[in-house]
Amino acid sequence: MTNGLPDQVAGSPAGVAEGGRVRVASAADGTAAIAVAGAWVRTAVRPTAEDILASLRDLAPQRARIDDDGLVAWDSTLLACLLKVRGECRRRGIEVTVQGLPAGLQTLIRLADAVPDRGASSSPDASATTAVHQVGHLAIDRATRLAATVRFVGEASLAILNVSRGRARFRWPEVAQLLHACGPDALGIISLIGFLMGLILAFVGAIQLRMFGAQIFVADLVGIGVVREMGAIMTGVVMAGRAGAAFAAQIGTMQVNDEVDAFRSLGINPVEFLVFPRLLALTLTMPLLCLYASAMGLLGGAVVGVGMLDLGWVQYWRETRQAVGLNDLLVGECMGAVFGVLVSLAGCLRGFQCGRSSLEVGRATTSAVVTGIVWIVVATATITVMCSVLKI
Amino acid sequence: MTTRAETQPGQPPIVVDGLTMAYGERVIQHDLSFTVREGDIFIVMGGSGCGKSTLLRHLIGLKPPAAGRVLYRGQDFWAAGRRERDRILRRCGVLYQSGGLWSSMTLAENVALPLEEYADLAVGEVRDIVAAKLALVGLAGFGDYYPAEISGGMQRRAGLARAMALDPDVLFFDEPSAGLDPVSARRLDDLILELRDSLGATVVVVTHDLASIFAIGTNSVFLDAASHRPIAWGPPRELREHAPDATVREFLTRGGRDEADSLGRAAAKGRTSP
Repeated sequence: MTNGLPDQVAGSPAGVAEGGRVRVASAADGTAAIAVAGAWVRTAVRPTAEDILASLRDLAPQRARIDDDGLVAWDSTLLACLLKVRGECRRRGIEVTVQGLPAGLQTLIRLADAVPDRGASSSPDASATTAVHQVGHLAIDRATRLAATVRFVGEASLAILNVSRGRARFRWPEVAQLLHACGPDALGIISLIGFLMGLILAFVGAIQLRMFGAQIFVADLVGIGVVREMGAIMTGVVMAGRAGAAFAAQIGTMQVNDEVDAFRSLGINPVEFLVFPRLLALTLTMPLLCLYASAMGLLGGAVVGVGMLDLGWVQYWRETRQAVGLNDLLVGECMGAVFGVLVSLAGCLRGFQCGRSSLEVGRATTSAVVTGIVWIVVATATITVMCSVLKI
Repeated sequence: MTTRAETQPGQPPIVVDGLTMAYGERVIQHDLSFTVREGDIFIVMGGSGCGKSTLLRHLIGLKPPAAGRVLYRGQDFWAAGRRERDRILRRCGVLYQSGGLWSSMTLAENVALPLEEYADLAVGEVRDIVAAKLALVGLAGFGDYYPAEISGGMQRRAGLARAMALDPDVLFFDEPSAGLDPVSARRLDDLILELRDSLGATVVVVTHDLASIFAIGTNSVFLDAASHRPIAWGPPRELREHAPDATVREFLTRGGRDEADSLGRAAAKGRTSP
């Protein structure tokens, strides 16, 4: 290619010999004459602004003049250098004139001057420096977030109330789409996780129970563990990663694209329109997914029981039916429904709290998953304690 | 910068030769040919959906043509190897419609990234150049702000600072004045002109903003959405008066209704003819 880019010019022998040069000399009546020359480009050897400033310091002039003393080529490096020299001179009270420079360079320097430097060159929220500041900011931040969460839960409750009165605005086709995304689309991962969960529980139990010759109780362990607790918890965690993250990312992106504002300005409550369908979809599908995960878990346990502990399929099934009561199944299903509410709320909440940039969408998504899982764990603990107190 | 024009005699910065643009079977434009000359402010214009932005994507190497060639200084872009193509693109700066700033980086980091990647400069020097570029677009002191913390017009200007980071030969603008108030749009036009004059760059602008077209355009091509081919070439002001096709005259006079108005405005803007 023969387009003579500067880097090629500099690569030629002539280019290397012809680097940037500067001469700083003292002229009459306290004026320093700064003369720039040569090929002052990125790829050539050239003096720095500090070199020029050091020479100026020795001369201690009242005024300075920058002249073209045979510039062959120049690019932004010269502009940046001259702007820095000029800025520094201004701080020291030295007036600098640039009339001797090429017209283009003069224009650029004038443009750079057109809007004065704002001085404080830091963004507003980068001001917290001391530990006290940071703790204060953190506390305020947490308090605002808590308030926002409470507010959001309130708005969501109002939305549900409106739905029950038949006044809420949302689209059924969207609910159908979401049901599909939250249900059938998730079966693959739920199958795998459920099956392996049963397998692992059975393995762990088998090692202990075999020592007492009580292999058959592996069926009890897996049955109660999976149906009552683990099925719901694992499904909840998977759905927090799958659906919760998707809700947050989608609503967050809508926030960035002004779509949420578009709802507001039309008088449509975005919480109603966006949150209710998601809440409904996940709350309906979660119990079903839990049931499915439990079935897969029982299958996983049975594979270990039959394959490793020499139990029969029928024997294992009988033992499971004897151990697992209807109340265990109901507790599991209820937990599933509760997790559905929590995961969808966490996802939507973080989506609505999202700022207006792609960076914020990423944060919102992460936060949605973490919040969802934390809420699941806290809810599990609460429900378990309640069940033990109520002897369910 | 100042030497570039002399060192590349004869070869125009961009030649588009028989270009056909298509999405799958759907042809957007065919038999598209034009030449962007050194120092031009070349306008790509046409109604909505005529393929202006698609053409820009072809010019900046984001989409390969269905047929035809794009020549940079005589070199066929799409026939060149990957390394060669990257080298050509480094000589181009692009200002995207919404700025295209990376939101996870501050303005200074945005402008510094191309310099850090492709220019062998000391850290302090990169900082000085970044400060100079931001000052050029009137954003001195905003280096530590994130894109989300500044207004749309400022984002556009910061995008321009990033596009200029590597002192490009050719600057591409996608709808530079879209969404700006008239005064800001006019300032951006002036900035484009001044940067063209002082940096010696060639400018390609995709726009349908008439005020901009007449204020800065030195040459243009008009893409027709109906016939899927270009129907007029030449300086925009001449096209307004003497375009052979009525569609072009209609476009340039806002449907022919306020000819006097747009003439008056263009005259008021003054600094146009090359």
